[in-house]
Formats: sequence, structure tokens, C-alpha cells
Amino acid sequence: MTPQALSILGAVIAVSFGAIMPAFAEGRALAAAMDAIARQPEAGGTISRTLFVGLAMIETMAIYCLVIALLLLFANPYAH
Amino acid sequence: MPASPFAADIVFRVGPVPITRVVITTWGIVAVLAGGAFAATRRMSVDAPGRLQSVLEIVVETIAGQIRDTLRAPPERYVPLLGTLFVFLAVANLSAIIPGVEAPTAHVETPAALAVIVLLSTHYYGIRARGLRAHFGEYVKPNPLLLPLNILAEITRTFSLTVRLFGNVMSHELVLGIVLALAGLLVPVPLMVLGILIGLVQAYIFSILATVFVGAAVEARQPKETS
Repeated sequence: MTPQALSILGAVIAVSFGAIMPAFAEGRALAAAMDAIARQPEAGGTISRTLFVGLAMIETMAIYCLVIALLLLFANPYAH
Repeated sequence: MPASPFAADIVFRVGPVPITRVVITTWGIVAVLAGGAFAATRRMSVDAPGRLQSVLEIVVETIAGQIRDTLRAPPERYVPLLGTLFVFLAVANLSAIIPGVEAPTAHVETPAALAVIVLLSTHYYGIRARGLRAHFGEYVKPNPLLLPLNILAEITRTFSLTVRLFGNVMSHELVLGIVLALAGLLVPVPLMVLGILIGLVQAYIFSILATVFVGAAVEARQPKETS
């Protein structure tokens, strides 16, 4: 395999795993937050604010994988 | 293949220093913010605040309240840095709405510079609050063996702060470009609305994390004072 093909493959693997795992994590966080809001509706504001920040944090992991993929595609020292 | 998000778009050079388009955008934002703040605070009054002054007071008090909630300490000393950070990031992330303007935070240099500012300011506030010895003594607690790990944590923290902001803003612009190329003119509009939300949330997260880092440097291992 050429370095180009390998780096494309690496980018695909990075993005796919980086999408699967944060999706699971975000689902769990959302389920827990909905559970908490159902139990305690008056704390909904605080919970959803914290949830928002937490979801953005989890999403950052996916973004890291995306950055790695883009580095492989655009700034790969071995493929150019 | 779309243009690389890592490429620098050099407009002109000042001696050996290349000036990119992003830097010019940043200068523009700084000029607008500083000039606007200067102009808006010329005729302030305690008895009869104008409409603009009231709006600005709400902004400042909201930021100060958030910092107070996070640090559990009087926020006056931290508002100038952290509040400016938030306002600048919000404007910088939202500047991509203006056609033809690219968000400065979509290139890795701007978030990296801001993260270094946060790193240095944690040391500044830590030394100022607790003294040189106590502040750097934190690195060899509970055991000098942990010194490399503590230094590593400091570096990765700064790095992740950079990549988080850069990746979120940059990936959003990339997705917009790809959707535009695939689907057509008006399809990315809902995504652009989402982009406004992402920009504000990322500005908030960056500032909150900076606040948490500063708070950790200021009051590490100290009993919380009553606020």
C-alpha cells in the first residue's frame, strides 16, 4: 500500500471510532440527565446547563479524532 | 480536495514576520471591541445609566457572577482577564457569520496563543495569591516523584484547550464547505445556525476551563474562604 492509501485508511478508522465512542458516551450522559430532570424537575436549569458543557466536552473527543484524520490527510509528512 | 485547514494564508510580510489573513481579522476584532468599549464607557453615570450602559452592566455582572460561582471567591481580580477572554472568543467565533470573514479561532495559532495566555496567567495568579514557594511547591506534592507527571499535566491541559477550540470551530467550517459543495446554496443554513450555538458554547467552555485552572492555582489545598 502506498503512504497515501494508508493515511486515508488511518483517517477513516480514526473518524469512525471517534464517532462511535462519543456517541455512546453522549447517549449515556443524556439518559442520566433526563433521569435526573424527571426525578427533580426544579433542578432542570442547572442540569441542562451542566449537560450542555459536558456534551461539548465529550464531543471534543470526536473532534480530536477529526483533527488527527485531517492531519493525516492534509499535513502528513510521509505522503507528500 | 478542499483547501487544507492547516495552511496559512499569508497576506503580506513585515520584515521576516508573515502576517496572515487571520491576524488581520484578529486586529479588526480587537479594534472593534476596544474602540467600542472605549466609546461606550465615555459618559457613564451612576444616577441615570443610559441604555447602552445598562446592557454592558448586565454583561459584566453576568460574567462576574459565573466566575464567582465557579471560583467561590470575589471575582473582581479575575474579571478583566477571563471576561475579556470570553467576549473576545464569542466575537471571534461569531465573526464567521459575516460573509468573507474567517473566524480567527478556526486556525490553530489563535487558540494556541490564547491557551498560552491562560497557562501564564494561572502562574501569575497562583504566585500572586500564594507566593512563589507555595505555588511551585504544588508540583512536588504529595511526592517529588510526581513532578514529571504534574508538568506533563500542565502541558497536555494547554494543548487540549487549544485543540478543543480549534477543532470545533475549524471542523464546523469544513463541514459547512463540504455540505455546500455537495448539496447546494441554502442547505447549510440550519448548520450555520447550529454554528452560532457551537461558537458560543465553545467560548463559554474555554472561559470556564480557564476559570477552573486559575481557581485551582489560586486556592489549591486551601480551605475555602467564605465568599
